[in-house]
Amino acid sequence: MSEIIESAGAEGVPRAPGDAAPRVAARRTATIEPWASGRVAVALWVLAAVVTLVWRDQTFWSRTRLLAAIEITVAIAVALVAALPALGELRARVSPNGHWLCATALGLTAWEVLTAKTGILPLPFFPPAQSVLEVYTDDASRLVESTVYSMLLLVPGYLLGGAAGFLAGVSIGWSKSAHYWGHPILRFVGPLPATAWLPIAFFFFPSARSASTFLIALSTAFPVAVLTSSGIASVSKSYYDIARTLGADTRFLITKVAIPAALPNVFVGLFMGLGTSFAVLIVAEMIGVKAGLGWYLQWAQGWAAYANLYAALVVMALVFSGVISLLFVVRDRVLAWQKGIVRW
Amino acid sequence: MVTAADVVVPAAAKPLGATPAGVKLQVQNVSHHFASQGARLDVLDRVTFAVDPGSFVALVGPSGCGKSTLLRLIAGLEAPSEGKIGAAGVRVVGPDPSRLLVFQDPTLLPWRSVRQNVALGLEARGVLDRERHRVDDVLRLMGLEQFADVFPNELSGGMAQRAALARVLVNDPRLLLLDEPLGRLDSLTRMTMQAELLRLWRGAKFTGVLVTHDVEEALLLSQTVVVFSARPARIVDTLPIELDYPRHRDDPAFVALRRKLLSIMNLARDL
Repeated sequence: MSEIIESAGAEGVPRAPGDAAPRVAARRTATIEPWASGRVAVALWVLAAVVTLVWRDQTFWSRTRLLAAIEITVAIAVALVAALPALGELRARVSPNGHWLCATALGLTAWEVLTAKTGILPLPFFPPAQSVLEVYTDDASRLVESTVYSMLLLVPGYLLGGAAGFLAGVSIGWSKSAHYWGHPILRFVGPLPATAWLPIAFFFFPSARSASTFLIALSTAFPVAVLTSSGIASVSKSYYDIARTLGADTRFLITKVAIPAALPNVFVGLFMGLGTSFAVLIVAEMIGVKAGLGWYLQWAQGWAAYANLYAALVVMALVFSGVISLLFVVRDRVLAWQKGIVRW
Repeated sequence: MVTAADVVVPAAAKPLGATPAGVKLQVQNVSHHFASQGARLDVLDRVTFAVDPGSFVALVGPSGCGKSTLLRLIAGLEAPSEGKIGAAGVRVVGPDPSRLLVFQDPTLLPWRSVRQNVALGLEARGVLDRERHRVDDVLRLMGLEQFADVFPNELSGGMAQRAALARVLVNDPRLLLLDEPLGRLDSLTRMTMQAELLRLWRGAKFTGVLVTHDVEEALLLSQTVVVFSARPARIVDTLPIELDYPRHRDDPAFVALRRKLLSIMNLARDL
């Protein structure tokens, strides 16, 4: 008896433990080798700092020295990571991005030369890097405040829409009558961009804020509902057969079989909904809410403050990609079973 | 050359609890058809047979003849178009945890660990808290302790099918319906699993109905082989197998039975 179990057990081991070892060793030796792109990056960042500091600006910019200081700091940091054995782990993580470090330094230098140093690219549309930097040093409070306002609008709307879309999708995917009534509405109304509802929403809702929350929720709910319902509808029938013979009732089938099986789809819907909700957020802020990053963009444009505009765009990119990363972290947690990683 | 019969068939495993004995299965005059797009597809034609409590029957026949449909009817997943099915003297009207199916595919729920998959039946019936220990007992019985917290997509085919068996056995089925459970396994794993099935059946004393198109498998495991025709399936013959367990593929009596069964199935001249 033990013989049978043992032989079968060995056959079931998914991956030999020795497999990973050679790869780890190879990586370790790679970090001891000189980091060529790192050396080039140090040189290029020093060059950027020298150009910024030594070459005279055409007009006065208050943050030129700060910019140069940042550039030289980056150069020193890269040099330390490249040289110090103690930072080997950090280097292993940074070194694949060596080419990006070089390109960033070159791009920054080119930007400096074309704007502040020669004026080939004219103001006010092409502000130099130090003027964008100035926005962060001098207008930080307003940017932070706008970001907070944007999040306070986005998060409730998105969560509301995600929940509504999920519930609608589960009902439409599961129940025949919900599908009969819900599906045509979804097909007919769903493709309308949420921004098309803007004039009506601002008329019906008591405040611009509630109208915008509704629109963000609407734009999120559509893709979530569509993908959830198709996920529920395509769950393998044999899962239900198994669960039914084991004594599952309808409630169990929905919550423990249908919904978990549809979750990969739900997350695709949540991801798509996040994209559309960003668009609605910015438009709603520009038109109605008078606060948040969308409003900041429009305010900056009204003053022809293009540096502020670029600064806000960078913040927006960071915040939104951060929010998307957060969604992916949650997804990877919830769908850990999909990835097939060995967990012991 | 290793054959399943050479693998020592272990002493019968101990039943998992106060295991009730298998139940009597009666299939009376069962016909079944599917209607699809206006066309009528007959799959079963007046099938009648009975299985004594605790015995093991194999259903063989050409693939696609309707054997799997018959198992679904016995499981209560569908109602037969005509005829009656009874288990333990009670007419089958729907699925019940005392009659459980194992498919060719393990159909483990991929988002649940092996342990959670095994616990599915107890959880569905709301008795998991009370009977949690049974999950560990079954995992041990099936040699799955090390894999308890592994997700199904990390399991080999043989291990996944073991987990699928564990998932039904934890419920102490009185009637186990096996729909080509070993059909997808490589031949060595298959032999191991045949011995394993035999051990489980002798231990737990459930009534077993095995659908297979592997003639040797039917002869190794069952006490009676029921031979079906091509679709719509009728019973062609019923062959009692009165050999002691464990059976050996090279035993002359086994070879003779195999030849007989193949000739009943009109396959003898091809082999």
